[in-house]
Amino acid sequence: MAKTATKQKTVAMTGNAGCALAMKQINPDVVAAYPITPQTTIVEEFANYVADGVVDTEYINVESEHSAMSACIGASAAGARVMTSTSSQGLALMWEELSIASALRLPIVMQTVNRALSGPINIHCDHSDSMGARDMGWIHLFAETAQEAYDNTIMALKIAEHKDVRLPVMSMHDGFITSHAIDRFEVLDDADVKKFVGDYMPKYSLLYNPNEPVTFGPFAMPAFYYEQRKQLRVAIDGSKEIVMKVTDDFAKLSGRQYGLFEEYRLDDADVAIVVLGSTAGTARYTIDAMRAQGVKVGMLKLRVFRPFPAAELAEALGKVKAVGVMDRSDSAGSLGGPVYTEIKAALYNSKQRPAMQGYVYGLGGRDTGPDQIETVVNDLVKVVKGEESPREAVTLLGVKE
Amino acid sequence: MAEVKLTEIRWHARGGQGAVTAAKLLAETALSQGQYFQAFPEYGPERMGAPIQAFTRISSEPIHIRSSIANPEIVVVLDPTLLKAVDVTSGMHEDGVLIVNTDDEPKAIRKAMGLKGRTIFTVNATRIAQETIGRPIPNTPMMGALVKATGMMPLGNLTDYVRKSFGKKFSEEIIEGNVRAVERAYAEVKAE
Amino acid sequence: MKWNIKDAEHWSWKKYPEGALILEGGNATYYKTGGWRTDKPAWDEKKCTQCLICWISCPDSSIIVKDEKWDSFDYDHCKGCGICAKVCPADAISMHPEGGEE
Repeated sequence: MAKTATKQKTVAMTGNAGCALAMKQINPDVVAAYPITPQTTIVEEFANYVADGVVDTEYINVESEHSAMSACIGASAAGARVMTSTSSQGLALMWEELSIASALRLPIVMQTVNRALSGPINIHCDHSDSMGARDMGWIHLFAETAQEAYDNTIMALKIAEHKDVRLPVMSMHDGFITSHAIDRFEVLDDADVKKFVGDYMPKYSLLYNPNEPVTFGPFAMPAFYYEQRKQLRVAIDGSKEIVMKVTDDFAKLSGRQYGLFEEYRLDDADVAIVVLGSTAGTARYTIDAMRAQGVKVGMLKLRVFRPFPAAELAEALGKVKAVGVMDRSDSAGSLGGPVYTEIKAALYNSKQRPAMQGYVYGLGGRDTGPDQIETVVNDLVKVVKGEESPREAVTLLGVKE
Repeated sequence: MAEVKLTEIRWHARGGQGAVTAAKLLAETALSQGQYFQAFPEYGPERMGAPIQAFTRISSEPIHIRSSIANPEIVVVLDPTLLKAVDVTSGMHEDGVLIVNTDDEPKAIRKAMGLKGRTIFTVNATRIAQETIGRPIPNTPMMGALVKATGMMPLGNLTDYVRKSFGKKFSEEIIEGNVRAVERAYAEVKAE
Repeated sequence: MKWNIKDAEHWSWKKYPEGALILEGGNATYYKTGGWRTDKPAWDEKKCTQCLICWISCPDSSIIVKDEKWDSFDYDHCKGCGICAKVCPADAISMHPEGGEE
């Protein structure tokens, strides 16, 4: 860890408590949220901050996530700095508002604590909730640890509100595994966070200047709609640069440098696994063990899923001979999980194209231990040695046959 | 697997006995002496009285692994009635340590469970809690037994941390009761 | 008027405000709804008592009043709904098929 002048405090906290603390330090104007496991402790702790008067936030109690996101959109259009949080079915209930928030270019930040979608009903971790919302025009950040969940929350706000972005951001961490585990991490001073995120002045708003009225959400006929979608596409593609600028600025403040993705022992690797979220930690542990046995394996941990860093991924993965992409969500009826299909597509026109296999794992909180990572690596080694052809069909790891 | 200096603990208790609080307290104590840790309960449909598990990892180095603990070195049982209800030694290391809150001697537990190998520690943490804190909550005395059984930290570090941590929320009487509970369990725990 | 919306349906995607916002108020006036009209209102000055109930009732602000007196219909925006004729207590407004004789 790089040395910085910034004073930081080492804490023992759950990931959710860290996220609530980040929200407190940001001190948003409006929070509208509805509790749902495993997100509940974020909004519970934040409600305590509101009740204790340590934040100035207008906390809107709503009767559903549909209303939560509607209130966030209204407040954001009015010109407020707005945050919320949800999981699973709660995110699903926000569905029709998600695309409106991005289309109206409202910089709402939402912590999404990843939990499996019903059914059957389940409260544990997988990424099917946020992956289901991948085409909604939001920026998607994934965290491996409580530290990253805390850091991403702060960066998410700055990215969202940046004048060249102005898009909503979802900041993900894994339900229970990260949200409810007590972890050791560093937190910034309130004053440093306040300074980093700065004051928010929206470019357009309903309330800031009554002499310059603005209409949000007008009807768009076919002659107008398509151009708006092109604008959204350009905006989210262009946000990649700002994501990295904010990430680099945050590194100067905190000493913690992140990227669009992290390459772990990938330089001289023959085989690589791609993973996002907490399983990256287990993969790191397993890779160290397998490296000690002479297996040349590395990992690419994706942090920014939207905007999808296709060119950068193609370059990073072009160096290896075989890649196993691990998705903690399935896209039933498609080629495989969403990360797999997109990475495969990203490499299609590359000159250096590794063999690629797709894996689904850990649905509904099924534990993912080093044994499953080893299975993937061993599969890939067989492909590299020519003992097996790359599998066309996706493999569901750890399912009982 | 590579050699990683990592201690893995599994806690067995019933909902309401404070296993999650104990795991948290242990994590915070570890932090106070500069260690790395993870503490995570196994979540399900929680009910007061239902058997639950919680997990703690402690290491001098950052901990990356995030999967659940399948092969704990240390198993702590907060309620003796769980010995019949749950397989508390499942996946446990052959040279692991089992610490049980019970009035029985370690030998009796070994015989009742048909256990070979492993070191068994017993202490009547419920009685100690009743006599020191005035309530039958076994979690803090079990921390004292855990520290004695494993030598994972000096007793003083734990009692210092109990004073510091409880000081924010509880009366002097309760804090000192908890400290005495830790110290008594540390002294009274028996091994075989 | 901050931006001229003439030919807006032919603009490049770059020219529209972000988020499909409309950056000025009152611009509905640029949208001429008079073409929707099938029945056209007519005013009889002799019968009019200047009560201006038609002006209050018109949903399209298409009754023009000057110096507190009835002045004219705004045929660019009047949709011919007939509310003015219906509410007039003096029968001073009558509706006639569009394109016919007034």
